[in-house]
Amino acid sequence: MEALSGYGPKVKELLSSVGASTFDRVKLSLTNGQTLEGLVMPRPSFGDPDVIVVKLDNGYNIGISAERISSITLVEKFSGKAQPTSKEALYPSGETPRGERVHFLSTGGTIASRVDYVTGAVYPYFTAEELYSMIPELREIANITTKTVYSIFSENMTPRHWSQLAQEIEKVLRDEPDVRGIVVAHGTDTLHYTAAAMAFAIQKAPGPVVFVGAQRSSDRPSSDAALNAIGATIAAIKAPFAESVIAMHATTSDDLILVHRGVRARKMHTSRRDAFMSINAVPLAEINPYTRELKLKTDKYKGREKAVEAYPRFSDKVALVKFYPGMTPDIFSFFSERGYKALVIEGTGLGHINEGLIGAVRDIVQQGVFVAMTSQCLWGRVNLNVYRTGVELLKAGVVPAEDMTPETAYVKLSWIFGQTDDLDEAKRLFQTNIAFEFDKRTGFEYYPGAYRG
Amino acid sequence: MQGVKIKCGLEIHQMLDTAEKLFCSCPTRLTQDPPHFVFTRRLRLAKSEIGEIDPAALFEYEKGLAYRYECHRDNVCLVEMDEEPPHNMNSEALELALKFSLMIGASIVDEVHVMRKIVIDGSNVSGFQRTSLISLGGSIDVNGKKIGIQTVCLEEDAARKTEEKHEGYVSYRLDRLGIPLIEVATAPDIESPEEAREVALRIGLLLRALGKVKRGLGTIRQDLNISVEGGARIEIKGVQYLDLIPKIVELEIQRQLSLLDIRDELKRRNVKEEDLVFEPVDVTDILRSSQSKVVKKALDSGGVALALKLKGFGGLLGREIQPGRRLGTELADRARYWGGVGGLFHSDELPGYGITKDEVEKIKTRLGVEANDAFILIVDSREKVMRALKAAYERAKEALEGVPEETRAANLDGTTKFMRPRPGSARMYPETDIRPIRITPENLEELRKNLPEPPEKTLERLMKEYSLPKDMAFQLFSQQQIYFFEEAVKTTGLAPQLIATTLTNTIVSLRRDNIPVENLTEEHLLATFKAVADGKIAKEAIPVVLTEFAKNPDASLEEVLKRAGLERLTIEELREIVRKVIQENREDVSQKGEKSFGKLMGIVMERVRGRIDGAVVAQVLREELKKAISS
Repeated sequence: MEALSGYGPKVKELLSSVGASTFDRVKLSLTNGQTLEGLVMPRPSFGDPDVIVVKLDNGYNIGISAERISSITLVEKFSGKAQPTSKEALYPSGETPRGERVHFLSTGGTIASRVDYVTGAVYPYFTAEELYSMIPELREIANITTKTVYSIFSENMTPRHWSQLAQEIEKVLRDEPDVRGIVVAHGTDTLHYTAAAMAFAIQKAPGPVVFVGAQRSSDRPSSDAALNAIGATIAAIKAPFAESVIAMHATTSDDLILVHRGVRARKMHTSRRDAFMSINAVPLAEINPYTRELKLKTDKYKGREKAVEAYPRFSDKVALVKFYPGMTPDIFSFFSERGYKALVIEGTGLGHINEGLIGAVRDIVQQGVFVAMTSQCLWGRVNLNVYRTGVELLKAGVVPAEDMTPETAYVKLSWIFGQTDDLDEAKRLFQTNIAFEFDKRTGFEYYPGAYRG
Repeated sequence: MQGVKIKCGLEIHQMLDTAEKLFCSCPTRLTQDPPHFVFTRRLRLAKSEIGEIDPAALFEYEKGLAYRYECHRDNVCLVEMDEEPPHNMNSEALELALKFSLMIGASIVDEVHVMRKIVIDGSNVSGFQRTSLISLGGSIDVNGKKIGIQTVCLEEDAARKTEEKHEGYVSYRLDRLGIPLIEVATAPDIESPEEAREVALRIGLLLRALGKVKRGLGTIRQDLNISVEGGARIEIKGVQYLDLIPKIVELEIQRQLSLLDIRDELKRRNVKEEDLVFEPVDVTDILRSSQSKVVKKALDSGGVALALKLKGFGGLLGREIQPGRRLGTELADRARYWGGVGGLFHSDELPGYGITKDEVEKIKTRLGVEANDAFILIVDSREKVMRALKAAYERAKEALEGVPEETRAANLDGTTKFMRPRPGSARMYPETDIRPIRITPENLEELRKNLPEPPEKTLERLMKEYSLPKDMAFQLFSQQQIYFFEEAVKTTGLAPQLIATTLTNTIVSLRRDNIPVENLTEEHLLATFKAVADGKIAKEAIPVVLTEFAKNPDASLEEVLKRAGLERLTIEELREIVRKVIQENREDVSQKGEKSFGKLMGIVMERVRGRIDGAVVAQVLREELKKAISS
């Protein structure tokens, strides 16, 4: 009985004694003489497995301990009627969509889900008709096609998934020239890693790859999913640039969508709608989702090209480690022993680690591991010339990553070692600006502290 | 109204006075200051999810409104802003709900599941209210009759609407959002208006016995469910004054009975649903040069005047169904709600409002209105008029059935007005961000040991402990003031008798003198009692001080005393006054000697009343009188 999987033997026995399963209507007589009637609900994985969860007719779920139930009767088997029987009934088809074609790819995450009020379950949705039904504005903006690539939490994405996604995108862009842009629905936790990966993998394209997520799940009326999706679709159609970008709320209000470069963005808050920020850069553009205007905030970008140029391979032998005061040298030897090709260190300040670790770093560089230095400050540029520790690290063969975020440096090395094993070529590529992932200038306005006054 | 069978149930929402909100650590405190920051949101539901289920929600949604939220840094955090998942349920609040359930003998659930109840009028930033069912069953005893309790729920309060007007936005303040509420729903066991009040009082007392409940206006809200035999279940929202309950029930009975009478009259006239046809007729040309200001204004700004004939309704639209409210008012309520118009004119009130007899006749002729027919008229933009007329038309059709089911809002005079259609079955689904909470028999055993004293016991104890006369004690009880009485005695140290007299007699007589005593808060009373106890003012000054507080609720005690000329006298100042009075009455004193005391006492008291205790005055006067006589 798969449906009763959350319950312990007591409840299972009780329910099966009358042939009841989840969503069936039962009547319970309690030892205190009270009787209750309601639907048997699936047991959440947390809590007491001997407590049966019942949905009363007033909509409330309550838990009743099996011990307190003196008798149970099955009133009605669940007909399934309450659940959507046909797509047409749930998603009435409307006018034909207007606008150019935008191809949606889904990797999972909270952006695309709806709730069933009878069962309380949240179902994923991702067909074009479902999207139009949930977000009617999309019909006026674009002609949408969809494909589900994965259904995984974003924390479960790996460089292997990036490769597959890049191949999928490359294929669509090559084979379907009417696609004006691509929107990728993705969980927010590792959204900026995947968006950075696509920036390196797809170097020339006829349109942008716009990543979009939701910080508040779309099973709630206040979700940011719809507005973000509208913003992303507008970006896919109207953007003059053809880069891998992220479209998310600009503020806590439902007013503006910001478009960040994938290689520059970072999730900076665990839960706020405006969690994504551009680090050491200004966002590429802002979008008013109501007037559907896109306003560029910079004139430096990769434009739309006829040709597609893609390098969809990534290496999983690259690592990212954060320096901390008690770090010991054996951490570094682990990576060389396990055959890692490159390592990004998130150092302190301008790019430092405890001087007692420098010897271990020198050793792994000599063993052929590419070591790059970034800063845990996130904002600002590393500089290994200022303090002696920095100079020692340079001498040990560490490559400074300029003003790249640690995550982008990591993704970039994963991509580089997906292309080559040659260390000199790797170093050349690492220091070449491929997708605006670093900048030789650091503008005053790149740091949010600058706005505080 | 005697002999009419009614069914009435109450839903009581009591705000709890916990240190923190239900799902975050913000204080449960409201703020009147301007907001520190604001943000704006929109709510959305896919149409398929609202569907045919809930016309009220659909209507809110289709209005396409945006919401503007006012926040203060000290009582709003990311949880209220729906920018952070809820924290664990406040255990202090849960404990209160469990204790209340035990007090009424309810059956408590073994596991509490927090639910999301969809509310998309913007009053919950998330678009849903978090609510949980704590217990089922139980009962209370009111005058020997058992009144069943259906459910006790623990839920978060909604944001409060503010008056701020911004084009296209509805403004809410978030301070109230998330404050815990206990919701007690009774069975429909109440059978008379007075019983409704007593049940509410009884539940209020039980809640009050818990200790940590908020007091003051708006902290306890009553919803009433009323139906008379043959009528319909009407939900009346947001009754804030207990004393209004019997009147509301009575007037609702009157309304339902009148609507049933109207239905019967329509039947007698043989009016059928198919006789009511929705065919609005444009009468703009007839009213083009009307002297009616409303009509003129609407037509001048490009509006139209449409009229609709209601066959067989002649004389019925003007029939009163509640004081000052007619069937026509009910149609107008609907027109306002669905059409956003200012109101409507109906033939029973015309000619009038600047619309002439001649104009009315022309409209009647054009509509083909005959003796027993009526018409309604709305002037506004065409789109609004059409929606409003349609809504009024639907309401007229419902008159054939009797009483339409709806949710109504209480007016201050006890009448009610249409608020919204009755919501469809609640769309609830689990709050997945909060784990279910197991309530074990051990937890309950522990709570059972620490239940508050039942209100009757408190009453008995007070009578004994403070030697209160029975009638006074009962008066405190029935005015829900026994708890405040005891708190006042304990915190101020003033004589219990004096406090009881003030609460029962003084305030009543001030109200009789038209002093706005509803402005008096418990803080005002405590400050006054404290001042008397500390000897700052005399007990005679209590009515004066309370009068000043009632007139100036924001004033401090010092300001009030100053205003009332009640700054305390020192003994030396008193002695000065006494000497002066003796001086002024030299003759009397030398003639009557100590026998002049009574007269002099009267004169002195006249000048110092309330500023120093009478006993002190008497003593000083005696001393000074002695000196004066012997000198």
